[in-house]
Amino acid sequence: MIGVLAQASTTDFDIFVQTFFKATALGSLYSLLALGFVLVYKSTQTLNFAQGAMALVGAWFLSLVFIDWDFPARWLPGPNWLHWIIALLVAAAMAAVMGMAIEKYTIRPMIGQPLFSMAMITLALEVILRTISFDAVNLTTRSLGVPWGTRIFMLGGARVAWSYIAATAMALLAFVAIWRFFKTRMGIAMRATSFDQEAAMAQGINVSRVFSIAWASGASLAAFAGVFASMSPWPSGGTANRDGAFFVFRALPAVVLGGLDSVVGALVGGMIIGFSEIYAGQYLANYTGVLGVGYQQVIPYLVMLVGLLVRPYGLYGTVEVRRV
Amino acid sequence: MSGPLLELDGISLSFKGVKAITDVSFKVGEGELFAIIGPNGAGKTSIFNSISQVYRPQEGDIRWKGKSIMGQRPDHIAGMGIARTFQNIELFPHMTVLENLLLGRHIRMKTSWLAGALWLGPAKREEMTNRRAVEDIIDFLEIERWRKHPVALLPYGFQKRVELGRALAMEPELLLLDEPVAGMNLEETEDMARFILDIRQELGISILLVEHDMGLVMDVADRVLVLDFGQKISEGEPAEVQRDPAVIAAYLGDEAGLAAADS
Ligand SMILES: Nc1ncnc2c1ncn2[C@@H]1O[C@H](COP(=O)(O)OP(=O)(O)O)[C@@H](O)[C@H]1O
Ligand SMILES: [Mg+2]
Repeated sequence: MIGVLAQASTTDFDIFVQTFFKATALGSLYSLLALGFVLVYKSTQTLNFAQGAMALVGAWFLSLVFIDWDFPARWLPGPNWLHWIIALLVAAAMAAVMGMAIEKYTIRPMIGQPLFSMAMITLALEVILRTISFDAVNLTTRSLGVPWGTRIFMLGGARVAWSYIAATAMALLAFVAIWRFFKTRMGIAMRATSFDQEAAMAQGINVSRVFSIAWASGASLAAFAGVFASMSPWPSGGTANRDGAFFVFRALPAVVLGGLDSVVGALVGGMIIGFSEIYAGQYLANYTGVLGVGYQQVIPYLVMLVGLLVRPYGLYGTVEVRRV
Repeated sequence: MSGPLLELDGISLSFKGVKAITDVSFKVGEGELFAIIGPNGAGKTSIFNSISQVYRPQEGDIRWKGKSIMGQRPDHIAGMGIARTFQNIELFPHMTVLENLLLGRHIRMKTSWLAGALWLGPAKREEMTNRRAVEDIIDFLEIERWRKHPVALLPYGFQKRVELGRALAMEPELLLLDEPVAGMNLEETEDMARFILDIRQELGISILLVEHDMGLVMDVADRVLVLDFGQKISEGEPAEVQRDPAVIAAYLGDEAGLAAADS
């Protein structure tokens, strides 16, 4: 922020606009993570606390595919950005496979166990994945090779990072895709399974397959979020590293605020948290003496608490459906 | 194919030592309307759940077209052409009537989820075909006016119809109906009886029907099996079964049952 203030030509309005784009981008990232979380929760009733670690692993995968293996460029002609997008899709596919494996080997055997045990398993997964990927990403500087790097563009006097636009576009794409998916055969099957497994099976729906697809989507969404959250000017600055993981872990308040089982909630919750965090960071910066340094990282939890006081199941969450 | 469509052979099922079904055998032939009656708790729903393989009977064998289906997954059973309704309606209440029926088409649709998500041509064509099939069922069951309503908003009797429609959407060879007229008034019951008879006659679907009172069963069934405390106490044509002393004894004191038997 200091760099921005130094620009003499930057007006209050420009700062507002800059902040707006940044907030939209952060909100998008939280929404993406929340979306993955919601998909998994809706279909398998599992609170996936490993979502943050999965995001970091996703960023690591991209670095492996794009930088280490130089995979798309070796096989395909074409511009760098195209290779990067292909690498991103490959990384997301790798994350999907990881998600399916996690579901098959750790979640499915536990089906029918209390919610709490399932949550403990995902917490353990979080620790394991984080440890593995920290080791992996700390050995070398893991560049993500982001095509637009640190570039920005000017909107009037406001400076906007291309990364912000990219993150917002990514989230938009993901939400449209999921919204469409829910209208397809498998999507309807997933909604049905999340409500009543026995009745779903009676329709010939392969419930294990639904779980598998839910975890695959959840993990890919996490990977996308992880990649876009690791770009400059976010703290990770274009590499897969620890900062990304901690950053991403703060998406939890967005999920809880929006409602654990609502896709719309994921979007709205993510945006509200993103906006409060960024705007508070921008406009309350003069009060660090009172609020303490790093106060904006507490904002998401504060907003979540207030939201929960008003609506205990989240803004869009279903009140525990009672079946007769 | 000459053998029976469905065959239960010495099925016994217990829950932690409590016997729900004891050594029950019967066969349902092609095109037949076979009914199971018995008081509450007799084990009727448990028989359905055993056929669906939601419950796993400890003894006996269940054969579909001569082949054992024991140990299959419930969704595979549905895929074989065995559709069912539930005693306590198990529709998806937040979804519309149309969506609920489309769910019944799940096994009839083949496009991959990826093609579906990307809304590729084949996925679109397939959806159109399925929508037509669903509209036919909507006409057949006379529920046009509810098409776009969330199921939760429908009156009980219509929910029962939608659930029947969802089972029909699977284009099954055998339909398992668990108390299709429970809680219905006389008019609704007569409508449902008409649908059941039409399904058998016009669509040629075999039906296994479970009821706790005799009224409907005696009117529509070809053959009846009477269950009491998980055991078969009688089997035969409706008129035979009604005269069976064992059945009369079992229903003694159950006035609804007796009244129905007398009529
Ligand atoms: N899931 C279950 N767990 C324990 N007992 C069950 C279960 N399902 C059915 N039962 C028992 O099996 C017996 C038969 O029940 P059910 O098949 O529902 O009878 P019906 O459909 O004829 O009313 C009852 O005693 C019931 O309590
Ligand atoms: Mg029953």
